Amino acid sequence: MTRETILNAFLALLLLALPFAANVAGEPFYVTLATRMAVLALAAAGLNLALGFGGLVSFGHAAFFGIGGYAAGILAAHAFNAEPLLSWPFEIGGSDQMPVIWLVAALACGLVALPIGAISLRTSGVYFIMITLAFAQMIFYFAISWPSYGGQDGLSITLRNGFPGLNTMAPTSFFLVCYGLLMAALLLSWRLRDSRFGAALQAARQNEARVAAVGIDPLKIRLAAFTISAMITGVAGALFADLTRFVSPSMLSWQMSGELIVLIILGGTGRLFGPVAGAILFVMLEFVLGGMTDRWQFFLGLILLGVVLFARGGVVGLIAGRPRHG
Amino acid sequence: MTLLKVAGIETFYGASQALFGVDLDVAEGEVVALMGRNGMGKTTTIRSICGLARPRSGAIEFGGAAIGRRQPFRIARLGIGLVPEGRRCFPNLTVRENLVAAARPGKWAIDGVTGLFPRLGERLGQYASTLSGGEQQMLAIGRALMTNPKLVILDEATEGLAPVIRQDIWAAIRRLKAEGQSILVVDKTMAELLPVADRCVVLEKGRTVWSGRPQELTEDLQDRYLGV
Repeated sequence: MTRETILNAFLALLLLALPFAANVAGEPFYVTLATRMAVLALAAAGLNLALGFGGLVSFGHAAFFGIGGYAAGILAAHAFNAEPLLSWPFEIGGSDQMPVIWLVAALACGLVALPIGAISLRTSGVYFIMITLAFAQMIFYFAISWPSYGGQDGLSITLRNGFPGLNTMAPTSFFLVCYGLLMAALLLSWRLRDSRFGAALQAARQNEARVAAVGIDPLKIRLAAFTISAMITGVAGALFADLTRFVSPSMLSWQMSGELIVLIILGGTGRLFGPVAGAILFVMLEFVLGGMTDRWQFFLGLILLGVVLFARGGVVGLIAGRPRHG
Repeated sequence: MTLLKVAGIETFYGASQALFGVDLDVAEGEVVALMGRNGMGKTTTIRSICGLARPRSGAIEFGGAAIGRRQPFRIARLGIGLVPEGRRCFPNLTVRENLVAAARPGKWAIDGVTGLFPRLGERLGQYASTLSGGEQQMLAIGRALMTNPKLVILDEATEGLAPVIRQDIWAAIRRLKAEGQSILVVDKTMAELLPVADRCVVLEKGRTVWSGRPQELTEDLQDRYLGV
């Protein structure tokens, strides 16, 4: 068993134990904090597939996070008000069931990611960063100017959406739903990374021409990674909307895209549990430093600088060393 | 039956012309040696065949289909496995990942490659960047075989390797030939290359100037075109 496997198991158990410890200590607020960690880790795990494994520095993943959030908010609003989403040519109603919302969020993100990826993946480096940012900003401004769903003010979710057999209003139950999805996304990432698809994706990152010479279409493989990545981040957005019971254009903002990248860099780019370590660290810093000063992000910046300069593998790299295989 | 047919290709790098009319063909099961001094267009010919450099004129056919305008990955999928000059593996992938990334259905799988190069079998979990030069070359050949190609193109596969490792690589090439694999090979080691080749094609200043059987490549011709 490698040091990284032990660290991954520790991180998984730490996050799982946090809400139970909070309940024992009579501090239910920490359950919400742990849920926030799990949801942000899920969003970053999505981005990690594109950025970490594929080397695709998407500065527009907030678009997918926001689309997921709006999918939850819009479906829940229609279900709550008993108004159909679509009444012609056939009627489609809203939904307050999480599995339905996740499916819609993932499909919507996949459908949006396909054309964005098909266009932006023809570029690389700074152009790719700028095109993904531009698409995200287009969606951001669209949300701001969409009065039906709150425009700039956002949209409230009156009651947290439900999950069969669980009371999602109970913080620990909702945490377990988020944690389960996070683990499922990490399992998927692991299986993808160790598959032919994952090897080809990482190879394309290292040398596009060499990959083409062995019969792999680098564009197709990157587009698949970008789309799966967007779908995972979209599901995280839906959970985030349920966590805060509110969705607003801020979920689509470029600051959110930057935050997801920061999480990955803090935790360890391209490391399976990098997003988890990054999210735990980020939310802890936000809570601890944010309690001391309103300018906590200044200190976050210093820490990020330290990680980039002295610990490029992030928290996981610092503790577990360089990645090792078989 | 002709597998690869290159007819009169002219390839440019920007305004500079590198090939002025290269002709060559490789039949099924045949080993063809592409020869010539440094800078005569051997690697550009290979790059043109693989779609990595586009010829402006001439024709390239593989298995009867014109491939001159196809994208490199589509050409590779038709069955051309390239072992590029300079042992170009994916350094941050393990040996296994390098092989798996290239895998396509067919008789060659990881077991076959490690049977051909047992050293790779011992290093499947090791990063390619940590392999010796010879092992990286074995990996580059193994990766090309994993695509289950109809034609393997070896560009200077033994250059810069220790003599012992060269012997291993030549033994592998001889074994591939014995199994009926079509091979287009560029190499400077005449003593090894000529016995394994069925035919030789000589390039001079970007043109095909001679082709024939290795036995017909007289010392005079070698002096004139190959400088040996």
